Amino acid sequence: MNEILEILENNPKIKPEEISKMTGLTEAAVASKIKEMEKKGIIRKYKTVIDWEKAGEEYVYAIIEVKVALRDRKGYDSIAERVAKFPEVRSVRLISGDHDLSLTVRGKSMKEVAFFVAEKIAPLDQVQGTVTHFVLRTYKEDGEILFEKERSERLAVSP
Amino acid sequence: MKKNVQNALLYRREGMAGNFVAEKVRSIPPSGIRKFFDLVLEMEGVISLGVGEPDFVTPWHIREACIYSLEKGFTSYTSNLGLLELRELISRCFRKDYGVEYDPKNEILITTGVSEAADLAFRAIINPGDEVIIPEPSYVSYKPSVFLAGGKPVPLATTLENEFRVTADEIEKSITDKTKALVLSYPNNPTGAVMGKNDLEEIADVVNENDLAVISDEVYCKLTYNGTHTCFSSISGMRERTIVLNGFSKSHAMTGLRIGYAAGSEEIIGAMTKVHQYAMLCAPITAQMGAVEALKNGDGEMKKMVREYDRRRRLIVDGLNRLGLDCFEPKGAFYAFPSVKSTGMTSEEFAGRLLKEQKVAAVPGDVFGDCGAGHLRCSYATSREELVEALGRIEAFLDTL
Repeated sequence: MNEILEILENNPKIKPEEISKMTGLTEAAVASKIKEMEKKGIIRKYKTVIDWEKAGEEYVYAIIEVKVALRDRKGYDSIAERVAKFPEVRSVRLISGDHDLSLTVRGKSMKEVAFFVAEKIAPLDQVQGTVTHFVLRTYKEDGEILFEKERSERLAVSP
Repeated sequence: MKKNVQNALLYRREGMAGNFVAEKVRSIPPSGIRKFFDLVLEMEGVISLGVGEPDFVTPWHIREACIYSLEKGFTSYTSNLGLLELRELISRCFRKDYGVEYDPKNEILITTGVSEAADLAFRAIINPGDEVIIPEPSYVSYKPSVFLAGGKPVPLATTLENEFRVTADEIEKSITDKTKALVLSYPNNPTGAVMGKNDLEEIADVVNENDLAVISDEVYCKLTYNGTHTCFSSISGMRERTIVLNGFSKSHAMTGLRIGYAAGSEEIIGAMTKVHQYAMLCAPITAQMGAVEALKNGDGEMKKMVREYDRRRRLIVDGLNRLGLDCFEPKGAFYAFPSVKSTGMTSEEFAGRLLKEQKVAAVPGDVFGDCGAGHLRCSYATSREELVEALGRIEAFLDTL
């Protein structure tokens, strides 16, 4: 099962037929296993890693560190789940260290992101403070290297 | 690419100073691979299934260990035998993987690649005229190395019917009163054949009865796909007769770092060290430090690479068989060895035309010994996308016949 996941993780477009050749499982078995894993939520989503900058799209990303004040016996989950519902927020993580939550926010401009944080995140009851770090450049995203990849300079034929 | 062209020119120029070249060296035929390599160099857009090394770059943590060692100023010679820490790690692997004990102090020698280890082994044990049995198809270096060491290589043909495994019977028939040693090289380059424990035990009996030494090149041992690899020296009675050769090139994608090792009895390793200390002094320290890192922390990356090879293996074997190029299942290394006999062409014709007409390079099987005739060596150490494209081109080529 994990073998199939390992193959899919790097290329969700690959067909069950090809996976079956690579793993020795039958095509039907591969297809049903994938379906099962989708149903169980092991496979959450098939997504595409895009270099938006290359596509000419001016997105601004920021990492927001949020300090949370726990109140009314509400844990981190309630604030995290609330923040996660904003489409501008790309990721929400509970972290150790000086701050409690780390968010990734995407917007069209620095101003837009700054106002989003000031208007939607900072005023929340449990939020004690925020620090905004704007992303200047992304070198690696989700395991995918975005700068020019190295190639093995092999001879064309060798013993 | 430019550098490659320069290299090729250099090779051609060698002929001019011919008067100085020793007869012995002159009598060695040039490697059949070289001829083919020159052909490929002149073309663009070639998909190569002709490469005998991983397409992975050395894992980053190993490269970083090399860089770090340079930064810290480790640029000196090491002991002739190699870094003790590396020998201890190798010794531990032998114990853990195969239950064989080698004393890191005097039974393991670090060499500049397995090629050097093989050369040392032959030079350490061969007296003039001694015969060395080499099952074929085989890696191209053994024959000339035996010859240069003053021995007589005795090629032994294996058969497709037996999936290119050598049998105890065949070995027995090749033995004369001059036979000194036997070369075993499994998982095999170029066929991908592996040997089971039972087969090896039968061979061990023959080795014992005829008092032979065995040089067992196991550099592809980590690339064994069905079942587990048996180290020849782990078979009862074989430890004292066997020189096990191994290295990091294939398992950890470290070909260009040139790092390998030999393990054997104190006597033989001592003899090999004598030759090594005068010819090479020691293996490069940077590569030795990389190898230490590979053995300490490299298992995860290695297993990932092996799993990926296995997927490609199934992909290419299935593809070749579907195209009517009969291919038995290679259970080790990263080569498929399909037959092209159904096309009526020789391997050289087939490989030559495939290269010219569809720009796919694969090495003719007879380069690795006469019994490889009618086959191609297709390396699947290349990306899945390229493999699929190569299969498509081979299909297009077959359609024109």
